[in-house]
Amino acid sequence: MTAEATAVTVRERRPAGFSLADNERWLWPAMLAPAILYIVLLVGFPFFLSLYYSLTDVTVGGRELHFVGLKNFEEIINSNTFWLALRNSVILTVISQACVLILANILAQALSANFPGKWFVRFLILLPWVAPIALGSIGWLWIFDSIYSVINWTGRAIGVLGPNDWPIWLGEPKLAMASIIIVQVWRILPLATVIILAGLSSIPQDIHDAAAVDGAGMWRRYFEITAPLIRPITLVALLFGIVFTFTDMIVVFVLTRGGPYDQTQVLASWAYFTGIQGGDLAGGAAISLFLFPVLAAVAILFLRLARRTEVL
Amino acid sequence: MTPFTTRVENAAKTTGHAAILAIFVIFLAFPFAWMVITTFKTTQDLHNTANNPYLFNDPPTLTHLKTLFEDTTFLQWLANTAAVGAVVVIVTLILAIPAGYALSRMTGTVAQTLAVGIFLTYLVPPTILFIPFARIIATLGLQDTLWSLMLVYPSFTVPFSTWLLMGFFKSIPRDLEDAAMIDGLSRFDAFMKVVMPISAAGILTAIIFTFTLVTQEFVYGVTFITASANYTVSVGVPTFLVRGDVYFWGSMMGACLIASIPVAIVYNFFVDRFVAGLTGGAVK
Repeated sequence: MTAEATAVTVRERRPAGFSLADNERWLWPAMLAPAILYIVLLVGFPFFLSLYYSLTDVTVGGRELHFVGLKNFEEIINSNTFWLALRNSVILTVISQACVLILANILAQALSANFPGKWFVRFLILLPWVAPIALGSIGWLWIFDSIYSVINWTGRAIGVLGPNDWPIWLGEPKLAMASIIIVQVWRILPLATVIILAGLSSIPQDIHDAAAVDGAGMWRRYFEITAPLIRPITLVALLFGIVFTFTDMIVVFVLTRGGPYDQTQVLASWAYFTGIQGGDLAGGAAISLFLFPVLAAVAILFLRLARRTEVL
Repeated sequence: MTPFTTRVENAAKTTGHAAILAIFVIFLAFPFAWMVITTFKTTQDLHNTANNPYLFNDPPTLTHLKTLFEDTTFLQWLANTAAVGAVVVIVTLILAIPAGYALSRMTGTVAQTLAVGIFLTYLVPPTILFIPFARIIATLGLQDTLWSLMLVYPSFTVPFSTWLLMGFFKSIPRDLEDAAMIDGLSRFDAFMKVVMPISAAGILTAIIFTFTLVTQEFVYGVTFITASANYTVSVGVPTFLVRGDVYFWGSMMGACLIASIPVAIVYNFFVDRFVAGLTGGAVK
């Protein structure tokens, strides 16, 4: 930490009040600069490099790169896989986050009451979020296994599945998408729940009591008092959920690798298979940029939320 | 309402509440329970479709864990993860503590804009940056080394920790430093000698989250690292143990458990602070 070192020596030489350590006009920038420089170099620079790469023919191993204009984007838009991946990304995000929103509200309500063993229940509920998602997905890969799927075994044992039904979860496009959606719901639900739970616990009990005295029933209290009060924080949970789901490639990578025949490819995983495994960095960069509009929209919503409310 | 109906109603409510929680717990925790069962079952038992998969038809075995520790580089992956985590924690603290403090004490719109800007960079996902990074890392000659991860991971741990620590420092009253400064300390010394010692809880939180973010990261790991000896645990298990023609389900599930449960337990103690960080400390 050179800034610190200089700060100390400067202070020893000069009277306090003139030194860097005291002069806030210099001290604040000196304390901020390293972090901001790091972020600019390792987030800002690669981002612009990605924009640049998307306009070239750069490859992983190649020495030279040539400017090719919008050719990569033309190729992407003319490719069937692109429309498939875009559709899958949107469907996956919309359906999973709709489920998360409903389930997280129910679960947060259930967890806001006091009951014995709450600590342990909360620990179990949080597991999918706190465990590395690549490893959680492996657990699901085994649950969805084509021969040994425990879901199928259980379904048959309780009579839901007939003797000739044996769904191949990750082998049929529709079932594979459903499986990926289930895993995304599973992963994001704990996060959304604890965020909404934090919102619920910030509502003063007096408000509920007053409404109960006035004769408001449980549902009215929920929809007319609780829901509006936790709306900003619910939006925070939703925005995080959208970003984490829309830009995720891990679940698809582990469960299906985009298969069968690219039918479950999402934008992020397709960018990986094109850019890293296929070596076409330029194409991969161009694909991953299609994630950006959603991120920008989420960022704008966060900024508006920050201005309107106390949240953030 | 007679006491009897009230009691019936309460019992119904309690049962309904317990039933809802049970359904959620089964959905969310089942994959981990399944990992536990799978880890200790014999391969023969796992592969016999006539057996009830929930029961131990053969006595529990430690074979899979033995394979995992003796025949794979799993221990090396754990060590790699710890090494990368330790370096990233140090880099993150050096960068984020001063930045978080400065942002918490600066006044005016510049500070606010910077703070929100840092928050937004946390939203930039690895899947937008990993393509250019692949070439940057190759150009620097760092491909297939742990250095590549140590260099890149702070790009998401620094924004998050700065934001978290800013919220924490804001909760420390300024009067403490003002008093110290009246006693003759400079602003910087007041920070080092007065604020830092009482910030242990906030700094510990930043350490925990930096470490868990490192453990959970997958995209950069799978992009930069190709030799199995250099994998971190969340990249090694799904790539190396799946790639073979034979799936070592028992060992894989054991690996998943060993790598996730300790992280989960530690994280669980700090999750409220994590939520406060994500929501800007607006809720407590």
